Amino acid sequence: MTEQYAIECRQITKAFGSVVANDKINLTVRYGEIMALLGENGSGKTTLMNMLSGIYHPDSGSILIGGKEVSINSPVDSKNLGIGMIHQHFKLVDVFSAMDNIILGSHGRRLNRKSLREKIEELGHSFGLEIEPEKKIYDMSVSEKQTVEILKVLYRGAQILILDEPTAVLTPQETEKLFAILRRMKEQGCAIIIITHKLHEVLAISDRVTILRKGKSIDTVVTGECDEKKLTELMVGRPISLNIDRPRMENRETILKVVDLTVEKSDKTIALDDISFDIRTGEILGVAGVAGSGQKELCETLTGLMVAKKGAILYHKENIVGKSPAEIIRLGISMSFVPEDRLGMGLVASMGMVDNMLLKSYSEAKGPFVERGPARELAEKLIDKLGIVTPGVDMPVRLMSGGNVQKVLLGREIESSPQVLITAYPVRGLDINSSYTIYELLNEQKKKGVAVVYIGEDLDVLLELSDRIMVLCHGQVMGIEDADRLTKEQVGLMMTGARAEEVLGAGDDRVQKSDECMDAPGCVSDEGEEEKA
Amino acid sequence: MKEPLIRVVKKAELGRKETLILRLEAILLALVAGGLFILCLGQNPFVIYQTILTGALRSGMAIQATVKIAIPLLIASLGVTLAFKMRFWNIGAEGQIIMGGVFASYFALFHSGWNHWLLVIVMFIAGAVGGGLWGLIPAWFKTKYDTNETLFTLMLNYIALNVIVFLREGPWRDPGSQGYAKIARFDKNASLDRVFGIQFGWIIALVLLVLIWIYMNRSKQGYEISVVGESQETARYAGMNVKKVILRTMFLSGAVCGIGGMVQATGSDVTLTTAVAGGVGFTAIIVAWLAQLNPPAILLVTILFSILEKGSSVVQSSFGLSSDCADVLQGIILFFILGCELFIRYKFVFRGKGDVRA
Ligand SMILES: Nc1ncnc2c1ncn2[C@@H]1O[C@H](COP(=O)(O)OP(=O)(O)OP(=O)(O)O)[C@@H](O)[C@H]1O
Ligand SMILES: [Mg+2]
Repeated sequence: MTEQYAIECRQITKAFGSVVANDKINLTVRYGEIMALLGENGSGKTTLMNMLSGIYHPDSGSILIGGKEVSINSPVDSKNLGIGMIHQHFKLVDVFSAMDNIILGSHGRRLNRKSLREKIEELGHSFGLEIEPEKKIYDMSVSEKQTVEILKVLYRGAQILILDEPTAVLTPQETEKLFAILRRMKEQGCAIIIITHKLHEVLAISDRVTILRKGKSIDTVVTGECDEKKLTELMVGRPISLNIDRPRMENRETILKVVDLTVEKSDKTIALDDISFDIRTGEILGVAGVAGSGQKELCETLTGLMVAKKGAILYHKENIVGKSPAEIIRLGISMSFVPEDRLGMGLVASMGMVDNMLLKSYSEAKGPFVERGPARELAEKLIDKLGIVTPGVDMPVRLMSGGNVQKVLLGREIESSPQVLITAYPVRGLDINSSYTIYELLNEQKKKGVAVVYIGEDLDVLLELSDRIMVLCHGQVMGIEDADRLTKEQVGLMMTGARAEEVLGAGDDRVQKSDECMDAPGCVSDEGEEEKA
Repeated sequence: MKEPLIRVVKKAELGRKETLILRLEAILLALVAGGLFILCLGQNPFVIYQTILTGALRSGMAIQATVKIAIPLLIASLGVTLAFKMRFWNIGAEGQIIMGGVFASYFALFHSGWNHWLLVIVMFIAGAVGGGLWGLIPAWFKTKYDTNETLFTLMLNYIALNVIVFLREGPWRDPGSQGYAKIARFDKNASLDRVFGIQFGWIIALVLLVLIWIYMNRSKQGYEISVVGESQETARYAGMNVKKVILRTMFLSGAVCGIGGMVQATGSDVTLTTAVAGGVGFTAIIVAWLAQLNPPAILLVTILFSILEKGSSVVQSSFGLSSDCADVLQGIILFFILGCELFIRYKFVFRGKGDVRA
């Protein structure tokens, strides 16, 4: 053996029934190296990682840890081998404090709470992690929870860390923090595997990239010798263009008007603070804001899941505040919210695609019975149209890969031909190709005259895709502006509490905005998003 | 670090075929273990097993008796299945059966002069309403105050049981009975007819089976039950009225159980006693789970349970075994079959296997 790898997978194969999720995969990671795993949705990344963490067992092939062949039969085995995995949805006990979660399941001498806390703080400090050991998990933001997960792994002395799409639910700032921690761990000799669909993150953090396509390992490249274009090509198997169109539609009309809306959360804190805006047909309204600025409450209020405290929502001049979700669905207002755990709301995990298609339309059928025939056709149509990878329309969506689950959700919403389409984080966890498919779908809806609300995190995409942008901060509207008048920096400032007037300056170049000013899509983007012909 | 010798690990999903094989193995093991027990008693296991089978099925009379056991069990299992599908842990089938019996008995006792078919239909409806209302109570508290339905339904069982005791001691006491109190035997006009020598209830049970199967798999309401059971958030998002679904489903679940009580009281017992449910409400929970909430499978499991029940009573009398022995035998067999579910969902890993293999 010439070199000792931290992890070496040789010819790993794993099939689920007729689906070969991993087909003779080879993968190596050294100590002190960050390896990125890249691949389209359903290419088998999670499956491969689950074999390292003991959730699945390979059908054939061998795994070497630290140069020795091992057989990993359970998460406990994996833990004992010094492997720590951070899953997409966290596995923490909500009512426990950070500290209790960290020591949970680790044996050994019980320290008293004080020295334990010191130990944890010291450990966190050595990796640059900020943590309050006594804070309860339910009080934590997503990024704090992730920190606890990482500490939990470090506390057990793991030398190998696997992160499955850790950044999908983080803000850019939080991602930066995470990366700093990972770099620190790398310096200390840990081997790290990270899965992410965001190419700029791959380029920023990894040393090498292994690319999977349809369950096969296609290539391993050194990150320094790559760019986004090359990675995309390797991943998809053909060159694709990374441009987002912004067709401009004539006769846009206000279809939904939000007037002085105030919404309280169940704990009586203000979620939306006296906001007003309108949504127009044939237009995409982008909503930007730091996570938790009221996006979720906005979605839920518009769809009748939450009740507004004050204000009105006028749909075709009729107030819909106080209407039930069912009535609002019937009016043609559709929402697809992709929550942090993806399945949470909108899909029934144990049902197949067919039954999930029925979720919002089942009551339309005449008589007391549901009609599965049309739903089945719709499911098959979506598979074709969106390139959904699944062995069958009746397989529980829980078993589908993360990205494919999302396509099912969004596809269903679009197919219900809504008048107003609200999508929150629709590309969370989607691979590049699918993300662009989704943008295209949204544009298509816009062209059909649908009013689209797009709540997103990626500012580059928001600025390129939206016609107008509304920025939320602590439940207040900081400003609503045409997207091509804004830069990423300006939006960033507004997200942290600056008013549009301040940001754009008192200066008044409020020239008429009309159809001409759209010939340079993406011109505002300042981050090397140059044309990729 | 010390690792335990054996530890339990959750399995990835098993295929249908593997599950079936495991189940068959479990049945085989159950028979072997039961056989050992019989050997200890000094009997020949093969003879005993054969007696169980023939005892339950050897003659028309035996089959009739077996079916009679199966009727309330089948109905109650279907009833709890509706609630379980919604993940509403209704362990109050016992009480719902009793209340169904009580409501139906009122008409049997005090309106026995009505036209026979009218009376039967009224008793049927009364049974359903009685059980349904008894099921509605915990559901209402659940939707209103988020009470724990497991405890609530369980407690209601004891209340229901004492309702019968109260009626028996007081208002409904049979004046003709000397010594201990009891409720009078129903008039012939108020008891269910027989079809093929067995009370008419078996037809009701089979019709219910088909109806509930269709209801759960094909109807909009059945679809709502599944969605609410999976996630109330999602159900609300889909525009369902979650409270309404919970109330409606628990009414139905209780109503079906109540029909079971009506059938048992008016068809088999021809009077109302505290034994009208007789533990059927609890056995129904086991049946529903073993059958994985699937109506046709419920029928199959019910038949097996009834054969075991009837057969062991024959064994008891023909071999002079005490009823406790029969119970132990039943217990052993159940233990293995239920235990097998553990193996379907989990696997056992022995120490050492996960270590470095050099
Ligand atoms: N338990 C399972 N049973 C059946 N099929 C499965 C199971 N787990 C995964 N699959 C299938 O295996 C394939 C690979 O899934 P996997 O989750 O590994 O993809 P992924 O690369 O992580 O995708 P994503 O980026 O969307 O998360 C998918 O087609 C999926 O449907
Ligand atoms: Mg995945």
